[in-house]
Amino acid sequence: MLPRVLAKDDFKKFVEVLIAENPVVGPVAKESKFVFDTIERVDDLRMDYPIALTAPKKYFFPQYETLLRYHIGDSVEIQPVMETLPSIILGAHPCCLAATWLLDAVFSDKQSDPNYADRRRRAVLIGLDCNKPCDEYSFCLDMGSLYRRDGADLFLTDLGDRYFVEIFTERGEAILQEGTTEARHASSQDFSARQAVEEQKARSFHRRLPFDVKYLPEILEQSYDSLIWEAVARRCFSCGSCNLVCPTCYCFDVHDEVSLTLKDGERKRNWDSCQLDEFAEVGTGENFRKRRSERLRHRFFRKGKYILEDYGRMGCVGCGRCDRVCVAKISSVETYNQIAGSR
Amino acid sequence: MSVEHPPQTAARATIPSPFIPRVGKIVATEQFTPREKLFRVVLQDGSLGNFKPMTFVQVSVFGLGEAPISICSSPTRVDSFELCVRSIGSVTNAMHRLGVGDSIGIRGAFGNGFDADQHKGRDFLFVAGGLGMAPARSLIQYVLDKRQDFGCVTILVGARSPEDLLFQHDLAEWQSRPDVDCHVTVDRPTQGWTGNTGVITTLFKKVKINPATTMAVIIGPPIMFKFAVLEALAFGVPESRCICSLERRMKCGLGLCGHCQIRNVYVCKEGPVFTYEQVKKLREGI
Repeated sequence: MLPRVLAKDDFKKFVEVLIAENPVVGPVAKESKFVFDTIERVDDLRMDYPIALTAPKKYFFPQYETLLRYHIGDSVEIQPVMETLPSIILGAHPCCLAATWLLDAVFSDKQSDPNYADRRRRAVLIGLDCNKPCDEYSFCLDMGSLYRRDGADLFLTDLGDRYFVEIFTERGEAILQEGTTEARHASSQDFSARQAVEEQKARSFHRRLPFDVKYLPEILEQSYDSLIWEAVARRCFSCGSCNLVCPTCYCFDVHDEVSLTLKDGERKRNWDSCQLDEFAEVGTGENFRKRRSERLRHRFFRKGKYILEDYGRMGCVGCGRCDRVCVAKISSVETYNQIAGSR
Repeated sequence: MSVEHPPQTAARATIPSPFIPRVGKIVATEQFTPREKLFRVVLQDGSLGNFKPMTFVQVSVFGLGEAPISICSSPTRVDSFELCVRSIGSVTNAMHRLGVGDSIGIRGAFGNGFDADQHKGRDFLFVAGGLGMAPARSLIQYVLDKRQDFGCVTILVGARSPEDLLFQHDLAEWQSRPDVDCHVTVDRPTQGWTGNTGVITTLFKKVKINPATTMAVIIGPPIMFKFAVLEALAFGVPESRCICSLERRMKCGLGLCGHCQIRNVYVCKEGPVFTYEQVKKLREGI
């Protein structure tokens, strides 16, 4: 499907059409930061956002969701629950798309988690390129996610007064066709303009790791017994903020909530954090990752090694969200650099 | 313009949610100790299916949640299955308040289990400490139900005190059988105890095994596992034939929630049964 071009004014009208008929989410300002939230008015949409606090992951794998409801009568009746969420996700950056690829692999491909799979299948994903690094925290170039388009139905590149629109799926094409009559085929000038943006983009991103990321699993393995994990963990509060903002974290907890009559209840799933003290604690009181350094190391190993071994891609997309929110100012990049230097 | 969605019911029909439990009725119970109670469960909609010994189920007490519990009976007993539950958390405490006729939720069986049929003709040495008796019993029952398929069966059982011994009817039966060599010990004897006293490793002196054919199944608290594996290795049993079952926190049984993960291994899927050869490489295993 050949790329199209949509003037920014026409894009606005296109979004207005989308909003009128579908729940649409996209980047909006929240105090000094940005979050993905429902777009009520097109002017709330901030396509110039550098990075959102959390990724659109929350629309496929919500922070809290009900898995089933039950009623205890003469026997127990159990009903599966499938909560639906917004159907168009606008403005996901390449790091978010790379993370979505991984979550798809975890929840849809190898496993069949119908709640995730169903929401994912319904959601239209419209990606948006970042033309420059969002801030000093990101290292997406190193992690190989800067040029990713995974799962996008449409993908937009900002060419100043217009968007260059790549079409990846028939569904994406249909939305574009039905939502606007102004999307024209890209001309040679548009292709040149996009190439110029690409070249400018390539110049503005810089590698931040001194080694190719393909060596990261081995570098991590050699650091397993290093005191570095103790040293970094001295600063860590085990607060789990890194997990909460990570676009690829998918560990969860499951618990029941029951009505006052004790007859009706819900089973809920919510995000969990491997950094919390009780995460690996069993009933008998044994805690298999009791030390903070063990939990910290486990997180780094998941991101840089285990997930790669299980799913074929890095568990870290280099978005830097964990570092950005870390109250102890622990830096993934610096930690990777440190373990690489200390082998 | 709007986005077309598949009808919700159709989507649901294609993949049933793995989080939906089946309803099981408790048909018998036995209070082993103040902390441990045995439940026999029959599923409302049929049998548990083709599960292996040393697998587990996720048990729901509606209103409190789920807990992973080892199946302590053998798949050869098809009409029902048994769970030996220690009251230790909110779900298991609530389970202790349940009795015959009460309903619980069951998901599973989960886990790799132990495929005993792959080891026909082998001798078996079982070493079970404390609540380790529960998973061990599923395999002991299996081996004894298919007695002619297997060689010598040696069973070593340890508990803190005589009152803490679980499955006492089974122990009495195994001790009386001529085709089973079963020894029981307690750490702290009470008045009237005439059996062995001492930790479980002291029982190894009482038995003879052939390391060339023996599968050593060692299940108990982590500290017991280390010492018992040492004894089995000292007999000459290879690392690949020392089997253990690992206990971990589990919220899904599907290899997703992360709680049971040891390095890159999800115990709920790749375990809970591992060889010592595998466990020692995991580093964080025991």
